[in-house]
Amino acid sequence: MPAALQPLTSLALGATGTVADIQLPAAHRPRLMEMGLLVGTKVELIRFAPLGDPVEIKVRGYNLTLRRQEAEQILVTCAA
Amino acid sequence: MIEPPPPSNPDPVDPAAGAAAPLRYVALTGNPNSGKTTLFNLLTGLRAKVGNYAGVTVERKEGRLKNGPARREIRILDLPGTYSLSPNSLDEQVSRDVLFGRLPEVPQLHVVVVVVDASNLQRNLYYATQVIELGYPTLIALNMTDVAESLGHVIAADKLARLLDVPVQPIVASTGQGVPELREKLVSLALNPPLIKPRLFCQLPGLFRIEATGLADLLANTFQNRPWQATAEALLILSNENALASSRTHYPPAIQSAVAAARKRLDAAKVDWRGAPIEWRYARVAEIQQAATTELAAPGETFSDKVDRIVTHKIWGTLIFLALMFIIFQCIFTFADYPMRWLENGVTWAGDQVGGFLPPGDLRDLLVNGVIAGVGSVVVFLPQILMLFTFIGLLEDTGYMARAAFLMDRLMSRVGLHGKSFIPMLSSFACAIPGIMATRTIESPKDRLVTILVAPLMSCSARLPIYTLLIGATIPDRVLGGLNYHLDLGFTRFNLFGFLGLRGLTMLAMYLLGIIVALLMAWVFKKTLLKGEAPLLIMELPPYKRPLFRVVLQHIWERSKLFLTRAGTVILGVSIVLWFLATYPRSSQREAQFEARRNAITRSFNPVTLATGPGSAAHQAAALEEQLAAIDQAEFGENLRHSFAGRMGRAIEPILIPLGFDWKIGIGIISSFAAREVFVSTMSTVYNLSDAGDADEGMKTLEQTLREQKRPDGQPVYTTLVAVTLMVFYVFALQCASTVAIVRRETNSWKWPLFQWAYMGALAWTLAFLTYQGGKLLGWG
Ligand SMILES: Nc1nc2c(ncn2[C@@H]2O[C@H](COP(=O)(O)OP(=O)(O)O)[C@@H](O)[C@H]2O)c(=O)[nH]1
Ligand SMILES: [Mg+2]
Repeated sequence: MPAALQPLTSLALGATGTVADIQLPAAHRPRLMEMGLLVGTKVELIRFAPLGDPVEIKVRGYNLTLRRQEAEQILVTCAA
Repeated sequence: MIEPPPPSNPDPVDPAAGAAAPLRYVALTGNPNSGKTTLFNLLTGLRAKVGNYAGVTVERKEGRLKNGPARREIRILDLPGTYSLSPNSLDEQVSRDVLFGRLPEVPQLHVVVVVVDASNLQRNLYYATQVIELGYPTLIALNMTDVAESLGHVIAADKLARLLDVPVQPIVASTGQGVPELREKLVSLALNPPLIKPRLFCQLPGLFRIEATGLADLLANTFQNRPWQATAEALLILSNENALASSRTHYPPAIQSAVAAARKRLDAAKVDWRGAPIEWRYARVAEIQQAATTELAAPGETFSDKVDRIVTHKIWGTLIFLALMFIIFQCIFTFADYPMRWLENGVTWAGDQVGGFLPPGDLRDLLVNGVIAGVGSVVVFLPQILMLFTFIGLLEDTGYMARAAFLMDRLMSRVGLHGKSFIPMLSSFACAIPGIMATRTIESPKDRLVTILVAPLMSCSARLPIYTLLIGATIPDRVLGGLNYHLDLGFTRFNLFGFLGLRGLTMLAMYLLGIIVALLMAWVFKKTLLKGEAPLLIMELPPYKRPLFRVVLQHIWERSKLFLTRAGTVILGVSIVLWFLATYPRSSQREAQFEARRNAITRSFNPVTLATGPGSAAHQAAALEEQLAAIDQAEFGENLRHSFAGRMGRAIEPILIPLGFDWKIGIGIISSFAAREVFVSTMSTVYNLSDAGDADEGMKTLEQTLREQKRPDGQPVYTTLVAVTLMVFYVFALQCASTVAIVRRETNSWKWPLFQWAYMGALAWTLAFLTYQGGKLLGWG
């Protein structure tokens, strides 16, 4: 059964998903990709900042923060 | 006698060079926080600033390799960290330009050392492979192997070297392990460079390869100095819009249009020219990383993750942030008081010694009143300033700065900036200059400018002396709500709630005022002058590092040196000049008048009545002394009024009267145009701290002197309201020549520093006006 696509931000805290699509505008996408966030990369949702934004994720073994708005445009499939 | 020529140096690189051995240039490059500066300091013996957040090194730094080969000097360049060769911010651009040999002032590099963080291998290798493709003799410094091991990653350096086809040396830069071997490899690469072989780590398929090759030929023809980097460069400018956009002046129109045409053809063929090269490279890098690494432990929660669970927790995180700010504040405010008092006593003692030793006259007056009182009054603040720098240094070195940015991002987004702007603002509490330099990591030029414009509104360490002096002189030392819990340390006692006292709260209010107005102004600038959409936030949270004791001590030491040098140069200079301005021109007529008054009084005391009884004699002698001292003070006041300084102060008095300031404060404001803390030293000269005339009485503290100042109508000059108004003025006024200079350099124009100076000056006057007039309306004046 193919796993359903969902925004990265809707993962449970501590859950890992696999990036399936990055729907950011073309101008913003390369920077994210150079940081190692590509289609097929595993990402873990670590936490949201106390005021709800930004998001902290773990990718390729290091911690990265993104704004919620961008993180919502990263679609993942959840293994579980 | 003519010396025989030295035996010629067998030089495989440059046999023609003969006796004059040319320099060898080595660049250190790598991701932010990979340990480049730590390694740079080890290799050169220098003390560049390290810190655990991106943006500590924003310029290139140069140093000489320590213990290098005797006959040839090797120079090391430390570059700002960068995640890729396509720059997103100014600091990354510096690295790119050096590596591409585009800066005329940086000579051709001979060796490139890529510092790779072993605990984060994939992302670091992404950049390392890009650099290797540039074709320099390259050496990989595999740093943080201690961290990698503790996470269970064992990396086979030899295997990595084989896969990357460059030498790899595992090191731990923080302890120096592996660095001697690295130095050896580096020297041998610098002296015997291997043949250059073009390499490409990503497999370019069909159409992309054709376009890249065509562009590479064009590049090689246009720039003939480094033909072997043409393919890598072609790939970069073809696939990355920033790489091209940041070098419009570098590439002639022919190349720019060739790139545009190639992209159009790729678009037509539905090739994702932006993303595909990144994907290819990451695929290859992941293969290399997996082949070279043995995982001993399953990935789990790291130490940093555990700490972050608390430090960035919804409730705890905010509480810890506030608690940290409070502790810093408390320490600066209460604990620093004791060493400061010792220093103050020392300065008084020095003044008395010199005063007692020299005969009365101009020289004594200059030394005691100008130099010792002036410089001394500023040096007294050393403990406070060091404490502040230590705390901010600790925050920087542990990795907390990035967390603070994470916590504050939401708040910053309300004013249109992002969390990264918070780091320069936090640094500006120590000093606006490193803060303004740190803005180079901000990607959007507009946001960077806004951050530069508001950063000096954060109360920096130079404001501390002014706040402390004025608060000490006018705000009662009372603790709110009877919170008098003292901690007895034997030699001294602290009030645990010192920061809840009226004095601490006043200080806090000044800091908060600066922060709030900075945020407001940022919002205004983002809405008006520097409109622009909120940029992307992509920020790494580096793992926490235990701050190295050595680094912290070094940092404190460098700072003390800087502070004392400033006191010994700028402040000394201004003090001497000010003493002259406050003493001359003299008027013999006025001197004669006062002399006559003195004589009249002395004569009016009858020596016969003085001798009648011991009690009354002492009493009368004291009264005489007092009257004479009053005349001396009046003479000093008259002299000051007619001196050059006095005339300047009186010239600006009309604009100061609405703020409740008199012309003497005006002298302080004028003299502190170049550096705020000069206000304190000026006031000690203006108020004739040494009490010229009777040195045996000793110097009073500046605080006491301020309290005693009276207006012509007998009211005290420094009421609480005037002191608060003056502090408000200093919160906003840009009285700092170094800041103006650095803003000029960072914005490359006089427009912005002048604008900043003007807007901050206008804010200072207006808010001081509102404070004073508002206070008077409320009946506080
Ligand atoms: N554990 C460990 N920490 C290191 C090592 N090298 C550097 N650090 C720390 O990593 C942080 C970043 O170092 P820095 O030299 O400023 O990195 P740069 O941004 O590449 O210049 C600092 O806190 C250093 O003390 C290492 O080999 N092991
Ligand atoms: Mg650095």
